[in-house]
Amino acid sequence: MAEAILYDSTKCTACRACQVACKQWNELEAEETTNRGTYENPPELSASTWNKIKFTELELNGEFKWIFTRLACMHCEEASCQNVCPTGAISKTDEGFVLIDQKWCIGCGYCVQACPYEVPHKDEHTGTARKCTSCADRTSNDLKPACVTTCPTGALTYGDRSSLLSDAEQRVAALGGSATLYGENELGGLHALYILEDSPEVYGLPAEPQVATKNSIGQWLSGLITAGLITALPFWFIFRRKDQIAVGDANEGGAK
Amino acid sequence: MTNHWIDIRNADRIMIIGSNAAENHPISFKWVTKAQERGAKLISVDPRFTRTSSKADIYAPMRSGTDIAFIGGMIRYILNDLQQLSPAQRATKYNLTYITQYTNAALIVNSNYKGPGDNGDGLFSGFSASSSGTPGRLGSYDKSTWQYADTNTPATDPTLLNNTWTDWDDLNPKCVLRLLWEHYSRYTPEMVSSITGCPEADFLNVAEAYAESGATGKAGTIMYAMGTTQHTYGTQNVRSYAVLQLLLGNIGIAGGGINALRGTSNVQGSTDMLLLYHLLPGYLYMINHNEQTLDDYLATARKGRGIVTPQGLAGDKSAAWWWYNEDDPNSKKYIVSLLKAWYGDNARAFNDFGFNYLPKKTSTDDYSHIAIFEAVAAGIIKGMMVWGQNPAVGGPDAEGERKALEKLDWLVVTDLFETETAAFWKRDGADTANIDTEVFLLPAACSYEKQGSISNSGRWAQWRYKAVEPIGTAKPDLAIIDELTLKLKELYEAEGGPHAAAITRLHWDYRTTGEYANEADPNAVAKEINGYTWDTGEVVTSFTGLKSDGSTVSGNWLYCGMFAADGHNKAKDRDPVDASLNQIGLYSGWTWCWPVNRRIIYNRASVDFNGQPWDSEHPVIKREAGAWLGDIPDGPWPAINEADTGSKFLPFIMHKEGVGHLWGPGVAEGPLPEAYEPWESPLSENLMTGVTDTEAKGTPGFNDPCCYVGDLDGMNQRGASDEYPCVGMTYRLTEHWQAGQMTRNLPWLVELQPQPIAEIGEELARDRGIENGDIVEVSTARGSIQAVAVVTKRFRRLRIGNKDVDQVGVPWHWGYVGYSTGISPNGSSGNILTPHVGDANTTIPEYKTFLCDVRRV
Repeated sequence: MAEAILYDSTKCTACRACQVACKQWNELEAEETTNRGTYENPPELSASTWNKIKFTELELNGEFKWIFTRLACMHCEEASCQNVCPTGAISKTDEGFVLIDQKWCIGCGYCVQACPYEVPHKDEHTGTARKCTSCADRTSNDLKPACVTTCPTGALTYGDRSSLLSDAEQRVAALGGSATLYGENELGGLHALYILEDSPEVYGLPAEPQVATKNSIGQWLSGLITAGLITALPFWFIFRRKDQIAVGDANEGGAK
Repeated sequence: MTNHWIDIRNADRIMIIGSNAAENHPISFKWVTKAQERGAKLISVDPRFTRTSSKADIYAPMRSGTDIAFIGGMIRYILNDLQQLSPAQRATKYNLTYITQYTNAALIVNSNYKGPGDNGDGLFSGFSASSSGTPGRLGSYDKSTWQYADTNTPATDPTLLNNTWTDWDDLNPKCVLRLLWEHYSRYTPEMVSSITGCPEADFLNVAEAYAESGATGKAGTIMYAMGTTQHTYGTQNVRSYAVLQLLLGNIGIAGGGINALRGTSNVQGSTDMLLLYHLLPGYLYMINHNEQTLDDYLATARKGRGIVTPQGLAGDKSAAWWWYNEDDPNSKKYIVSLLKAWYGDNARAFNDFGFNYLPKKTSTDDYSHIAIFEAVAAGIIKGMMVWGQNPAVGGPDAEGERKALEKLDWLVVTDLFETETAAFWKRDGADTANIDTEVFLLPAACSYEKQGSISNSGRWAQWRYKAVEPIGTAKPDLAIIDELTLKLKELYEAEGGPHAAAITRLHWDYRTTGEYANEADPNAVAKEINGYTWDTGEVVTSFTGLKSDGSTVSGNWLYCGMFAADGHNKAKDRDPVDASLNQIGLYSGWTWCWPVNRRIIYNRASVDFNGQPWDSEHPVIKREAGAWLGDIPDGPWPAINEADTGSKFLPFIMHKEGVGHLWGPGVAEGPLPEAYEPWESPLSENLMTGVTDTEAKGTPGFNDPCCYVGDLDGMNQRGASDEYPCVGMTYRLTEHWQAGQMTRNLPWLVELQPQPIAEIGEELARDRGIENGDIVEVSTARGSIQAVAVVTKRFRRLRIGNKDVDQVGVPWHWGYVGYSTGISPNGSSGNILTPHVGDANTTIPEYKTFLCDVRRV
C-alpha cells in the first residue's frame, strides 16, 4: 500500500527536532558547522544529513514572513535516481519509498546529478550515495519514521498516502488564500507531500520538476555510462561472490 | 500555570508575550496549533520576530522592557470600550457579572490614595527613597493608602454593580474600576506607541483581537515566561496580565488563565518545594528573626490576613483566608507537619516542634541569587554549594560573579559536566596563583539515570523511572544529599559546632531495601512529602487530615493527596482517558496535580451564580442536582444562588476578600502596574510622566522605584545611552539549554547552532558597516563579548519618543568549557553584558533589557 510523509509547513516551528532525530536513529555523524548569519545549518543536505529545515525570510503580499521548508528525499514515483542508476542499486519499496542499496551502490554519482531535488550525496567514507530511507527499518516494524515520531506540533505525519492526500486537501482548503498542496502529481506523485502557504517557488521547490530518464541521460552521458558500467561490472561480480560466501558462511553457521 | 498545557487548545485567543514558546517550549505548540485549527487567533508581542511570531496571526513589535505600557494600553482600550458602550451592549460584549462580582472592581479604596499621574513624580502615595547606597533598593512604600477604605467590610459601588452608569463620573471616585480608568486613561494608543515603539495600528490590532476574548463564553490565554519576569518590574508585568485577564473574565475558565511557561522541566516542583529564600515548602512564610516561638510566627502570618467581607456582592463569604483563621489554623497544621517531617521524634510540643532548629531571616535582608553574590563579592559568604546551576554563565553580570567566586574558601559544584563555574579559576585572565578557593566537583546522574518526580508547568507531578545506570561514579542528586547529610550528622555529633542540633536532630531515614538499601529511596521521600501519620506510617490522603499536634508528618501540604489510602503514588498514574465534561482535556487520571488534583485553579469563577458554566462548550465544572460535576471545584460549597445567606462563597478563595485583584495593594511598587523605564534606558525622560533620570544608581519614578540595585564589588556599572545607544536583550535558542553544558557538549545540537550570535536589524548593520556573518563585538558598561552577526529583518528599528532605537539580541548559552565554546576568550556568555539589578518584589535579575553597542571586529 502506498504510504507517505506529509509535511505541513504552516505547522512547522523549525525546532529541528526532526533533524536531530534523523541523525540519532540513522547514526549519522554531526557535521562541523559555523554560523553563516542564519539559524539554518548544516548548509545543505549531505551524506550525513538526510533531512534539514530551510529557513527563508521574505515579504509576501506586503507582510514579513519567516517560512520553513523540509528538505529530504521526496521518494518520487518516477524516481530519476532509480532511472539513472547503472547497477540497479536503487529500488522502490511496496510503500513507494526509494532506497539505495548500499551493497550495490558503486558511488558513480549519477543519482547525485540526476535528482531534481539534490537529495542523494556521496559519502566519502563508504564511497556510496546516501539519503533518507523514510526509516524503512522503522516503518517495516510498525514504527513511524524518526522525524515524524519526534515532531512536536504535528507538522509531520505518516501513513496511507491517499488518506494523507485527502487530509492535505482539506487543510489547504481551510487555509485558503494561496495555500498549495505539493507532491500529489509531481514526478508521478511524491511520497513526501507538502502543505504550503504559497506557491512552491516561494519555498524553493521546483514547480515543474523534470524526470531524468535513462534515455535522456544516455544521450547526454552515454560514454560515461558505458565507462561506468564497465567499471561497475567487476564490482558486481565481486559483490555477488561476497554474497555467495556470506550465504555459505551463514549456512555453515546454521549447521554447527 | 493556572491552567495546563493541553488546555491551551481550548483558547479562542492566545497572546504570547514575554515568551518564545515555539522555540523554548516546542511541545506547547502542539496545543497552540490545535487551537489555531479550531479558529483561534495567535498574537505574538515580542521585541524580535521569533519562530513563535512566524506562526502568529498578528505580530506586534515592542521595545524590550515596555510590557506594562503595552498591556496598560490594552487595559485602557477595554475600559474605554466599557464606558462607550450602552449598559445593554456592555453586558453583551463583556462578562459584566464576572467583572463586577468576581473581581474587586466595585470595592472602595482609601480616600488618601494618590496615583503616579496625580503628583507628577511618577510615584504612588506613600513612597520613601532609600538613603543607603548599593547594593540595595531604590526605595519602599508605606502601603496604607492603597488599602480598602473599610479594611474589614469594604463597601462597593452600587452604580457599578447595577450597571446603571454611562460616564466615569457616575461611579464612586474611589471605586477600583474608576481608579483603574484614571490610571490607565493615560495609556493612550499614541503614548503606547511612543514608549514601546509598536506602530499604533499594530497595537490596536492586538487590543481589538484580544479584547474579543472578553465576551461571555470566549476564552483568551496569556502564555508568558522569562521575557516577562526578568525585569526590575517583572512582578508588575505579570500583574498587568492579571488585570487584563480579570477584565476579560479569563481566569478560572478553560482556555484561559495566566500561564507561566516554566524555564526548565521541574521549576514548578522546585518552586513548590520553595527553593527560595522567603518561603518554606508549600508557600508557607519564611521565619523572621523576631519570631522566637511558633506562636510568634503564626501571629505574624495571621497579621493583616483576616477574612475581609466585601458588602453588596452576590457572594457574601470570602472563603478562605482559611490558612490563618484563629482557632487551630491550617497554617499551624502545615508548619507543624513540616517540622515533624524534618525533625521526627525530636519535634515535640514542648520544644515547639523544633521550630528553633530552623534558620531565621531578618525581615529586610534579601537572600536571592543577586544578594548572595553581593555577599560573596563582599567576602561575607565563604563557602558555596552550586547544584545544577552554572552562575559563571547564567548569573547576571557574569564576569562580576566569576570574580566574586575567587573570594570563596571552598566551592562544591554538582553537575553532569565540569561547568564554567567549576572551572572559574581556569578562565581567561584569572590570576590563578592568587586564587585560594578549593573546588570540589561531584558528578551527578542525569534525568534518565534516576527515578523521582518532576512537576510540570501545569502543576502535574509526574513520576519518572530510571532507564539506565549512571555513568562512572555519578549519582542521583538525592543520593548525594543523603550521603552528605548523614556524614554531616556524624561529624556534628562527634565534634559539635554552632547550631549543631539543627543537623544532629534531623529525622533522616530514606534508605529502604534492594537498590535503595544504601542510597536514599525517592519513594520514601515522596511519601514524606505527601504525609503520613507518625505513629502508624499510614498515609494521609488530604491536607484536611493534617494535624497541629505533631501526630502527622507532611513535607509539603500542597502535595498531600498525591498518595492514595493504600499507599499508591498517583504521580505514577497514566490513565489516557479524558473523562472531563465535554472532553475538555483535563485527563485527571494522568498523574496527579496539586491542589487536590484540580486541573484548572480558580475554576469557581468559570460558572455563574447557579453554578452553570459561562462557556457551555468548554465546561470546567457544572452544578447539577446539588452536586458539582467536572474538575475538582475550588471549594466544595454549593453555587452562590444555592447557598444560604452568610455562606455564599466568592470564587477567588486564596484572596482574603474572595474576589480577583484588579487592584493589588500588596505589590511592592504600587497597587496598579505603572510603566517605568528599564534600569538602563535609551531615554532620559519617562515619557508617561516626564520624570527625568537624575540619579547615578537609578531614579525612582523614572525607573522602578523599589528595584534592587547591586554593586558586585564595583563590577555593576550603569551605562548611558550616549555611549551605549542600543537596547540589548538575552534569550535562549531551541537548540541549546540554559547555561549550555547539557547541549554544548552534544555534537548533533552544536551542528545546528554552532556559535554564539548577535542578532541585529538591517538599519543598524548598515550604520555600523556590519555584514551578515561578520564577527562583531557587543559591549555594555560591564563587559563585552564577540559573536557572529545575524543581520535580519526580524529585528526592526523602532521609533521611541523622538528617537530611533535599535535592538540587539544575544543568546546566553555559551561559555569557555566544553565541546562548543564562545568566540571571545570569556566564552561570549551573554550575561557578561547584563546588569546586577533585580525585580522590586522577587529580585529576579534584569536579564532582558540593558544598554549596549555593537561594532564589527
